[in-house]
Amino acid sequence: MRKRRGGVPLPLLLPAAVGLIFLVLPLVGLLARTPWSSLLTRLAEPGVTQALRLSLWTSTLATLVCLVLGVPLAWLLARVEFPGRRLVRALITVPLVLPPVVGGIALLLALGRRGLVGSWLDSTFGITLPFTTAGVVIAEAFVALPFLVISVEGALRGADTRFEEAAATLGATRWVSFTHVTLPLVAPGIAAGAVLCWARALGEFGATITFAGNYPGITQTMPLAVYQTMESGDLEGAVVLSLILLVVSVTILAALRDKWLTAP
Amino acid sequence: MSLLDAALRVERGSFRLDIALSVAAGETVALLGPNGAGKTTALRALAGLTPLTGGHLRLDGRDLTEAPPEERPIGVVFQDYLLFPHLNARDNVAFGPRRHGVDRRAAHAVADRWLERVGLTGYSRRKPRQLSGGQAQRVALARALAVDPVLLLLDEPLAALDARTRLETRGELRRHLAAHPGAALLVTHDPLDALVLADRLVVVEQGRVVQEGDAATITARPRTDYVARLVGLNLFRGHGEGHTVRLPDGFTLATADPVHGDTFVAFPPAAVALHPTEPTGSPRNTWPAVLADIQRHGDSLRVSLDGPITVAADITPAAAAQLRLEPGVEIWVALKAAETRAYPAD
Repeated sequence: MRKRRGGVPLPLLLPAAVGLIFLVLPLVGLLARTPWSSLLTRLAEPGVTQALRLSLWTSTLATLVCLVLGVPLAWLLARVEFPGRRLVRALITVPLVLPPVVGGIALLLALGRRGLVGSWLDSTFGITLPFTTAGVVIAEAFVALPFLVISVEGALRGADTRFEEAAATLGATRWVSFTHVTLPLVAPGIAAGAVLCWARALGEFGATITFAGNYPGITQTMPLAVYQTMESGDLEGAVVLSLILLVVSVTILAALRDKWLTAP
Repeated sequence: MSLLDAALRVERGSFRLDIALSVAAGETVALLGPNGAGKTTALRALAGLTPLTGGHLRLDGRDLTEAPPEERPIGVVFQDYLLFPHLNARDNVAFGPRRHGVDRRAAHAVADRWLERVGLTGYSRRKPRQLSGGQAQRVALARALAVDPVLLLLDEPLAALDARTRLETRGELRRHLAAHPGAALLVTHDPLDALVLADRLVVVEQGRVVQEGDAATITARPRTDYVARLVGLNLFRGHGEGHTVRLPDGFTLATADPVHGDTFVAFPPAAVALHPTEPTGSPRNTWPAVLADIQRHGDSLRVSLDGPITVAADITPAAAAQLRLEPGVEIWVALKAAETRAYPAD
């Protein structure tokens, strides 16, 4: 796209600059307070690597769960006319507006040991989800799923359905058409949705601490570790943990961006 | 014996398509009509992409009225080709055979053979966006033919090409259609495509068949204004009374052919002569007219004339200069009865 010549209007430039400063300033604050000298020793603390590993692991699993459940859901919303479709679309956005803590309580009421489905899971299979690593994955997937569904649905709506018709005339069933034509066409949209979803899962706090608790090694992800360190009065420790989370997530996002999110 | 036997009825809002089609093995039929006539709807209904609200579809003795598109032995070349952008030319062509249970290697072999037949050996690894319009058209044709369809459908196959590529591609397409053992149905609004590519023409207007026949019949005996315009003839309908045809507004045209009852009269613009004063002599149709418009038409000029009847005349630039023709000029029109063709309308 060609850029228009001429100066940028002040009413646009000024808020844009303030917005940028607003986003960057807290990060600068974080860097300014980082105890660089003791950084390496802090990094080596077992609790830190444990929490980091758990965070990466659970957010990746949560993203996979979201892909498996969210892509078909997005396809349904984009391609199939069914009664109540608008209601379903509204329901999907609920976790977006719900405070994550409330989401965690809701998950407890549904999947907790005495919950709607949880009691059945417990009595039939002996499965309990709250306060387990699986619970962390569920809490993260719950808050991240809407991000994936919304971006994939948008990609599907933007894709030309006539390619699917062409596939049908060549003998492809709807399923084959989905796997061989639709999916490759919307792959960039799915990748973007997955990255968004992963980032949301990585930063998840409220639903996780409510539904899965805060047990080091089992459910204590990085955001929870930051919160606990801060609560215990160790500001310096919290800063270090925050910095690690920041660096790791930015590095991964940048790598993914180069690999998937740029046009070939 | 026809391979395709279809009665297509599709109702959508106020639009209603209701046409019967039959195509024999080895035959190419052109569905010709103005934009919005329902040609593409007919094609989509045949392919199973638009459901029928009535009628039937039989192909090679099989009833396919209710069959989903993937179960119809029908290949489609879409107007803008719809080559899968993420697959190269070879995988695009191999897509159909793969879906019909051919293994990967064999499907690639089929694709290579088809790419060779359409003259695109060496392009198999190109993605659609790396192909020119003409090449993409050929890949689309190869892709549709690679599943050995009983019926091949082509939706405006040349419309997206520039004039020069169009000429070449038309010739090639004609060769491939002649080689196709099944039936072929071509949808087009271009009479030249229809005349060159098809054995038989079916003219559709407003969802109905208004005329069908071979090229010679259609071009010689148009039955609607649309067809007359396509083949470049003046066409009038009136009541035949021996060697004259009385038009609805009372004007009469003398014809060479004896006619009775509801009658069409057609004559080429080149048969219309213009004179500065009322011509005398041989028995002919003469009337005064006012020149409405002049436009270039090949080597000659096409003149639109208002008067008791509205006709088009082709004259040489020299004659136009001599007659000082310009819009608004009053002039005499002459038409020999022998140059008209009259034929019954019912």
